[in-house]
Amino acid sequence: MSRRLRLALFWAAAVVFAVAFTAACTGLPDFGTLSHPYGSRAIAAAFHQRTANTISSVNFDQRAFDTLGEESILFAAVLGGLVLLRRARDERLAGVRRGRVLPSTRMFGSLLLPITLVTGVYIVAHGQLSPGGGFQGGVILATGLHLAYIAADYGVLKAIRPLAVLDAADAVGAGAFAVLGLVGLAVGAAYLQNVLPLGTFGQLSSGGLVPVINAAVGVEVGSGVVVLLAGFLDQAVEIVSPTGKDNGAGR
Amino acid sequence: MNGSYATSEYLIAVCVLLVTVTATVAALTPEPVRQALVLAMLGTALTLLFTVLQAPDVALSQLGVGAAVTPLLIMLTVRRVRRSSTQQRDRERQR
Repeated sequence: MSRRLRLALFWAAAVVFAVAFTAACTGLPDFGTLSHPYGSRAIAAAFHQRTANTISSVNFDQRAFDTLGEESILFAAVLGGLVLLRRARDERLAGVRRGRVLPSTRMFGSLLLPITLVTGVYIVAHGQLSPGGGFQGGVILATGLHLAYIAADYGVLKAIRPLAVLDAADAVGAGAFAVLGLVGLAVGAAYLQNVLPLGTFGQLSSGGLVPVINAAVGVEVGSGVVVLLAGFLDQAVEIVSPTGKDNGAGR
Repeated sequence: MNGSYATSEYLIAVCVLLVTVTATVAALTPEPVRQALVLAMLGTALTLLFTVLQAPDVALSQLGVGAAVTPLLIMLTVRRVRRSSTQQRDRERQR
């Protein structure tokens, strides 16, 4: 396809999109109005299910099936990334050099590492009560762990990162979400229906199935991101391509 | 009540402006490492925007993924590719 044809195609599509988008935007309700038809229904349903955080109620109760799809996408993406980043037969491991770290960096890193991990656990555990949940907390846990790489070096990160366990935890977390849905079927309700005891509104144990799925998602996301970053870090820090073979990077 | 409403509108406008500027700079930055840093700033700007729009759940996700994980993945990829091409160049020099 020639450059001119491509540009013409782009402009044709851009004009159509601009017209349709503008027309669609004129039909939107005004910004910041008091009428929220979806919001008021979702909040009513969340109150009914005794889940203080409506977003978590939508994600893990009212529309839990959508979230199951999203978690599966994340799982598949991590799996695909790891397959691409795995050590090929002709790649070898080079020794990791010990990095030199500024004392202040080391101090703040070792101070913030436990605080970040506790924050991550808190955000996962309180997903049904306050903003956050399994996904957000999981990402905080995973990135917080990598403070060890900043504050020390790759050897220390590898020592506190049980990859084999996290590999399995990623799969178990993703599988647990799907299996937890079967609880509904077991008692004669729908798949992923919130049939557990709902508890007292505002308590840590409230929300029925919501905190349980939240925990499963937290385990899956946390270990998935660590495992994915480990694949990237291994390639960036440790793995050396074979000599005398063009790997396509040095054209 | 009216006063605080106006303040939040003003904050939203500032955040939208910040997002527009950082997103434009990110799109116009050709060098991947710098682009990763600008993307981290864009992620932070979006986090602020979601916060003032009263969507803290989305803001937290954006902070973790947009401001930390994505730029990190880009920088690690660049480091790997650069290291490979340095090795390649060294080898060619030796021949």
